[in-house]
Amino acid sequence: MSTMAVALTGNPNVGKSTIFNELTGARQKIGNWPGVTVDKKVGYIRHQNRAISVVDLPGTYSVNARSPEEKIVIDYLLNNKVDMVVDVVDSSNLDRNLYLTVQLLEKGISLLIDLNMKDEAERRGLKIDTRRLEDAIGMPVVETVGHSKASREKLLDVFTSTVMLNYEPSPRLQAHIDAVKEIEASGRPAEEIEEELVARRYALIDSIVAEAVTSTALGQTTSEKIDAVLANGWTAIPIFIAMVYVMFQITFEWIGQPMADALGDYIGGDFKDMVAAQLEAWAVEEWMQSLILDGVVDGVGGVLTFVPLIFVLFFCLSFLDGTGYMARVAFITDPIMRRAGLSGKGIMPLMMGFGCAVPAIMGARALDSEKDRLTSILVTPFLTCGAKLPIMALFAAMFFPENAGNVVFGMYFLGIAMAIVAAKLLSGTVFQGEPSTFLLELPPYRMPDMKTVLLETWDKGKGYMIKAGTIIFAACVFIWFLGHFNFSGMAEMEESFLASMGAAMASLFTFHGFATWEAGASVIAGILAKESVVSTMGILYGAGELSTEADEIAETASALAKTGMAASFTTLSAFAFMVFSQLYTPCATALGTIKKEAGSWKWTAFSAVYMFAIAWVVSLLVYQGGRLLGF
Amino acid sequence: MTLSEGTPGTTLRIRSIGDSELKSRLMTMGLIPGTPVTVLRSAPLGDPMAIRVRSYNLALRRDDAGRIEVEPAA
Repeated sequence: MSTMAVALTGNPNVGKSTIFNELTGARQKIGNWPGVTVDKKVGYIRHQNRAISVVDLPGTYSVNARSPEEKIVIDYLLNNKVDMVVDVVDSSNLDRNLYLTVQLLEKGISLLIDLNMKDEAERRGLKIDTRRLEDAIGMPVVETVGHSKASREKLLDVFTSTVMLNYEPSPRLQAHIDAVKEIEASGRPAEEIEEELVARRYALIDSIVAEAVTSTALGQTTSEKIDAVLANGWTAIPIFIAMVYVMFQITFEWIGQPMADALGDYIGGDFKDMVAAQLEAWAVEEWMQSLILDGVVDGVGGVLTFVPLIFVLFFCLSFLDGTGYMARVAFITDPIMRRAGLSGKGIMPLMMGFGCAVPAIMGARALDSEKDRLTSILVTPFLTCGAKLPIMALFAAMFFPENAGNVVFGMYFLGIAMAIVAAKLLSGTVFQGEPSTFLLELPPYRMPDMKTVLLETWDKGKGYMIKAGTIIFAACVFIWFLGHFNFSGMAEMEESFLASMGAAMASLFTFHGFATWEAGASVIAGILAKESVVSTMGILYGAGELSTEADEIAETASALAKTGMAASFTTLSAFAFMVFSQLYTPCATALGTIKKEAGSWKWTAFSAVYMFAIAWVVSLLVYQGGRLLGF
Repeated sequence: MTLSEGTPGTTLRIRSIGDSELKSRLMTMGLIPGTPVTVLRSAPLGDPMAIRVRSYNLALRRDDAGRIEVEPAA
């Protein structure tokens, strides 16, 4: 027998992705952000000797084909041969969910109605008579409870035993469908037709629900009790800040960073020694050894150390997403975000930018308008990420020993201010006329399904490793080449392409006070990875290998202070350099992520260029302004 | 009166949705004339507001709620 084609459809927040994961064990994304499953996900299973393919369609409230998600759903269902369309429905919220059901039936699509979260409905005092529902609609109905083995088996049995051809809409539904056809063909104004259709659909649904559902009076739900604390009054904002703080602690202190450090130590230590010994044993040419060790191992190793951070951060976010808290975060912060032309849904991706722009850019996927997504992607890299921090800490320690903390804090503040200004500018110019809208379901709080959280974490982390890894690999080899060669072959770094390019770059900074080739070369290296700004300076000023670890920054600073570096910057030009580093072009990994997420080289190039331009201007203003003020 | 004037805890009945960017999304999500909605709360900074409609909770901005005409449910 041929493969049976199953498609899952349904509203957001109904546990559809959980069912998909339970059925197929495939890797994909789920969350409580409405509309998060934009990619098409397919999984394969065998049940009772039958091969079954399952497609997880995006969660939508309707199929008016207005949003990309709605278009995907309706196009897929109308243009593909699907043996069984499963309409996953939240039993505790039947009427709104049935709207999509009715719309699909109007289009002539037969459905298996899956009453999911039956347990939740019962807890809320709702009892659904499945026989009556079946009779009222004319389509088969099955009950499930999300992530459970029994529900999985039950669904698979229904898939293989039910013949959809045996079902047709009930007479009552058929009458509705005929009436809809008539209204659609009536030639009245489109808006009037739509209003009438919506009213008719809900009238039909209300009459079906009245027959099939009995509801015992319920008091305040658990979710509302939790919301009274988490989304209300004076407690909401401190709790939100505490949540973010704990998430950052987990990622950058407690779990993620120690793993990253251990991995970094291993790659830079034992692993590098092992490779070196092996290359020596094979008598590999010296330049090749340098390429592999200093170029590939150091460069790609540097990226790999981010992997634990990304995984831990995404685990935290997926978990919070799964609980339903993310929707509350959007609810709490919307008025603040709106001022910058964004919506509350954008706060979390933005906050992540303080850790690393890469997950922050990937996180923007959850935003629902193209404008919000692009704005978020384009402004996030202004923030002080974990890799810019060493630059700030180092310069502050060297040139502002009295005020280091305040200067670093000032740089964080500058990044935030610039992100807000840029968001405002973008929404007033490039994206003018596209209002940021905010309409968000606040789903009930739920215990996240761990399988789904882990699959989602893996999916995102894997994407980062593959995409960023390939780009970084190429970039590492390229920068190594620039740093070790000139037109007459292999050369010391001072005479390499990198040095000449640094000198050329430096000419851009004639009026910024740091027009040295060392600074220029560091700026170039910083486009590869921001950590490289400090390590390149170390090499160029002859201080050797320098640590960029936060707790060893004082040693690094004192090592560099003994070199020519201290003399080549004034306090003011050092400050201007910090400002520039804070704001200029995102690193190669971030640019690669922008390419992937924005889906165009145009926006990637725009990001690289406009940030460089803004950094150049602001840094110039700081330096010249400072001189006028007599610093 | 409009939905944005509703005080938390009160249940109101929708009279008309009014013209807005969100009109068709609101209707699709079940906010149509005659539907009862309960005002739940405002976000800590006063905006947006949360309502309960057709057994789910929805957050919307006050500006948008201000276009929705309502009357007391009783």
